[in-house]
Formats: sequence, structure tokens, C-alpha cells
Amino acid sequence: MSSHSITESSSRAKWIAGSLVILYALITMLPLVWIVMTGFKSPADAISYPPKVVYEPTLEGYVNLFTTRTRQTEDYLLANPPENWADEIVRQYDMVIVGPSKFGERFMNSVIIGFGSTFLSIFLGTLAAYAFSRFRIPFADDLLFFILSTRMMPPIAVAIPIFLMYRSLGLSDTHLGMILLYTAVNISLAVWLLKGFIDEIPREYEEAALIDGYTRFQAFYKVVLPQAATGIASTAIFCLIFAWNEYAFAVLLTSATAQTAPPFIPTIIGVGGLDWPAVAAGATIFLLPVMIFTIVLRKHLLRGITFGAVRK
Amino acid sequence: MSNGTADRVAKATPPRVARKIRGLSDRAIAWIFVAPTIFLLLAINIFPLIWTIKLSFTNYKANRIGREVKDIGLRNYERILTDGDIWLNMQATAHFLFWTIFFQVLIGFALAWLIHRNFKGNAFWTTVIVLPMMLSPAVVGNFWKFLYQPQIGLFNYIVGFFTGRDPSSFEMLGSVDLAPWSIVIVDTWMWTPFVMLICLAGLRSIPDYIYEAAAIDRASSLRQFFTITIPMVLPFLMLAVLFRGIENFKMFDLVVQLTGGGPGSVTELTSINLKREAFEKWRTGYASAYAIILFVTVFGLASIYVKALNKVKER
Repeated sequence: MSSHSITESSSRAKWIAGSLVILYALITMLPLVWIVMTGFKSPADAISYPPKVVYEPTLEGYVNLFTTRTRQTEDYLLANPPENWADEIVRQYDMVIVGPSKFGERFMNSVIIGFGSTFLSIFLGTLAAYAFSRFRIPFADDLLFFILSTRMMPPIAVAIPIFLMYRSLGLSDTHLGMILLYTAVNISLAVWLLKGFIDEIPREYEEAALIDGYTRFQAFYKVVLPQAATGIASTAIFCLIFAWNEYAFAVLLTSATAQTAPPFIPTIIGVGGLDWPAVAAGATIFLLPVMIFTIVLRKHLLRGITFGAVRK
Repeated sequence: MSNGTADRVAKATPPRVARKIRGLSDRAIAWIFVAPTIFLLLAINIFPLIWTIKLSFTNYKANRIGREVKDIGLRNYERILTDGDIWLNMQATAHFLFWTIFFQVLIGFALAWLIHRNFKGNAFWTTVIVLPMMLSPAVVGNFWKFLYQPQIGLFNYIVGFFTGRDPSSFEMLGSVDLAPWSIVIVDTWMWTPFVMLICLAGLRSIPDYIYEAAAIDRASSLRQFFTITIPMVLPFLMLAVLFRGIENFKMFDLVVQLTGGGPGSVTELTSINLKREAFEKWRTGYASAYAIILFVTVFGLASIYVKALNKVKER
């Protein structure tokens, strides 16, 4: 007879399982590590063969990402000494910094549209989820299915009429238009996730509050909301990540003013082709917040991903 | 005795009446809470869908505003269904769907099964594995394009290192044979963790006593795996396949950034083709009909699949 329990794996099995999973995790991380490393390479190091693992780190990619530069004559360069370290980096290519690039603006658009649509989806989603959870609504199941089925549409299929609609309403390429659009996409997931969280809060809490003389509104606001706070927070992260990552609508409906970072990053062009360190720097800045979020909030996130399976 | 009467009176009074006295009725609150969501979905999902259906029967072109719009009946549908090129796009989509799901299920389930051994530190490593699926597909597609570069790319270098082939002798994105596989690899890298998480939820839902009972009956661990583990995880796995299937049928951002549908049109999935028709050739009416056909296909396949899934669950 073995000493361990029947369902618990032996320590050798655990050791093998652990090594295989860690091996997979390391392989999976390789592209991400590589992209972060490329952000700190010079253009020459980025395209060297064989690929360089050891190199002299430089902030060139980041400088190129945030600035626009122009080539200058030798006389001009001699007459105007570099003003700061960023300028100094650019000087080695006989260039000077003439102003900021569009990246900062695009990044801010991502922030505004991401947080705006997340706030709106959570606000509307919590109200709807509460109503579906606590009140008898006619055709509730049909309505819930309708809400979920809106996610099956390919974004490009909906994009045609939305493009026309936004054009006639003056919403194309505006922050408001994108916030409304991302809210409409996110709200189905928000309602489903939040309904699950609110279902778990015992009704007795509110009923006690109602007996104490609270109105429904107060009971919702003062009793249910604080109880659902963790659920609301993890749903919010999901909505934020979707809006942050979205590309198809952004590339079709925005151009000059409301364009977000995902359609912008791939278009960063350097001297003679794509400026890979700058692209990598942009990707790093854009992806890092999501990676940190995921690691810090993993418990809540993992539950959200599997909600559909776990509920049944 | 009087106590019992009071109870009966209290029960007979509908709680709704009692609540109406304080603030709005529950019914009114319910509608106030649900209405904005329904309104938003009607405005940004259902209204556009109806508009697409209407446009699909016309020859409308969105880039020519003054042009007269003619009703051409089912002509658009006829042209799409008899167009050989569209069947090629459908084949490319089917190839992508089949192989991504195949690899993701295989690797995802294997990983979940290993993680379920509960080795030390498994929560941390699970999170590391999950990272790719949280990232922006467009940005991911863009940097994989860098990894796939023939001479300088890391992917080619590593493949060359292990197989002894010259890293500049093959082009993942440029060759007709390899390009369909290049998008399968990236999608698998990105989405295997999703299948893994759902399988893990499935494995964790199996109560220990089932295995204990099987062990008492002297069932071998291989037998336990096939008669307990697989059937119990199957509904979860099928759900993961459904989600991945719908998502990959809609696939656009990742592949557009990686290959742009090329070389030629070997990786031109239906969504990419649709975007070309709608926003590059501006055949709005034609593209609308195309969109409707795709939507009906996804919806139809998903409904059939859900029926099968429910049967598996009932067993």
C-alpha cells in the first residue's frame, strides 16, 4: 500500500507535472521577454544575426517612440549643442527632436475610452444585473439570452451600419462614439458576470433593510453594492481589458482624433522601414499594465474567465 | 389564538403594496434598471443588424453619397454563394478553426491535467501561462511578425537551432505553405490558456469520492482516466470549444496584423475578406449580404452545437 491518499498525487508525479508546466510557461514567456528586450536595443542590435541576447541597452526605442525627429545639416548640429540626453541619442544619426510624436495622444485616447466605457458598462450592467437577479421580469431568460447573443456577431458585420450611423450622427472618430460602442459590446458580459455575483448575496440582507424602513433604492445602494464590490471590481477589469485591446472597431471608426493605441503601434515607421525597437517599446508600454493587472488580480480574473463553465 | 390571526393577515397583505408606500414599486425599479441596457443594445446591436439586412438587398455604396440606391433583391446573396473565391476564404477559415481548436484542446487539457496535480507554486505558473490571452491581439500579431522574420527573427532562429536548417531558408509569413500554420501557431500560443482554465474548472468539479470509490473497486488509473476524468470534463471542454469556435470564426485583428491575409489570399479569413469588400472596395450592399450569411452560419452552427452540448450534459 502506498502511504499517500488515493486522490493525492505522489511527490514524484507532482515533480514531473511541475517541471512540464514550468517548461511550458517559460516557452510561453519567451516572445514577451523578447519584445521587452527589443525595446531596449539599438536598431542595429534589433536586426542582427544571430539574435543578440547580450547587448548594450539604450533608450533609443523609447525616444523614437515619443518624439518626431528630422535630419539636420552638420552646421546646424554644431551650432546647436544637444539640450538633453534624449537629444544626444538622436544626434548620432544627425537628427534633432522637433516635437512629440502621436503616441502619447493615442495612449491617452486608450485610457479615456477604456475607463469611460468600463465605467458606463459597470454602471448600467450592475443596475440590469440587480433587476434580473431580484425581480420577476417577464421573459427574463429570453432577454438574458438576447443580451448574450449580441456577442456572436463578427465585429466587422456590425461595423458597416455602425459606420453609416456614426457618420450621419457625427459620432465617427469621437471619444463618445467609441465609449458607447465599447459599452454596448461589454455590457452583455458585464450583466452575466454581475448577475452571478449578485445572485450569491443572500436576499435576507436586503429584506432586513427593507423592514428597517429603507427604500428599495437605499437597500440596493447601501446593502447590495458594498457586498458586490469584489465582483464589480473583477468585472470592471474584464471590461477594461477588452476596451484596451480592441482593434477592429478602432481601426475602422477612428483616425485622427479618437484613435487608440492598438491601431497606432504597428504604424510606427523609422528610417528605412519599421523601427522595431520603437514598435517594441510601444508594445511594452501598452501591454505592461495588463500583465501587471493580471498577476496582481489573478484570483478574481481567473474566476471571470471560467464563469460560463463554472456556473452550470 | 390571536397570534395566528395576525400572521394570517400579514401573509394576506401583498408585500408589493407594503413596499409601494416607501418609494417606487419594485416593478418600476426593475424597468428603470433594465431599460438603459436594453435600449443601448437595441441602438448599437439590433438596429444595425436590421439595417444590414435592409442594405443586403440593395446595390448601395457607402463612398458615393449622392448615388441612387436600387433594390436588387437576392442578387447579392446569389453572387456570394456562387463565388469560388469566397469558398477559398471559407476553406482558409475552416483550416484555421480546425487546427487551432485541435491544438488548443490537446495542449490545454494536458496542461490542466498537469496543474491539477497541485504541485508547489502551481497558482503562480498558471498565471504566467494565462498572460498571452490578456494582451491586445493586434499588438501581439504585430510583434510576432517580428519574431517570424526570416533572417533576424527569434522564431526562425530557434527552429533553425533545433533542426539545423538555415533560419533564412524558410519564410513563415511569406510562403504559401507555411503562412496558414503561422497564424495557427500564434493563436494557439495566445488562447491555449483559455481552454486550460476551463478544463481546470472541470477537473476541480469532480468530487474526490468518485475516484475513491473507483479505487476500492480496483479500477486502474488508466481506466479511471477514461471512465471518470474524460466524461466528467467533456461538457467543460465542449464549452471551451464553443467559445473558441465563435471567437475564431470572427477572427480579424491578430491575422490582419500578422499576414494581412497574404501571401496571395491563403490566410484571408472571412472577416478579413469582408473588411476588404466593405471598407476598401466599398461594396456596401454586397458586404452586408456577406455579413448576414456569416452571422447566420455562426448562429446556426452554434445552436446545433449547443443542442449537442446539452445532450452530453444530461448523460
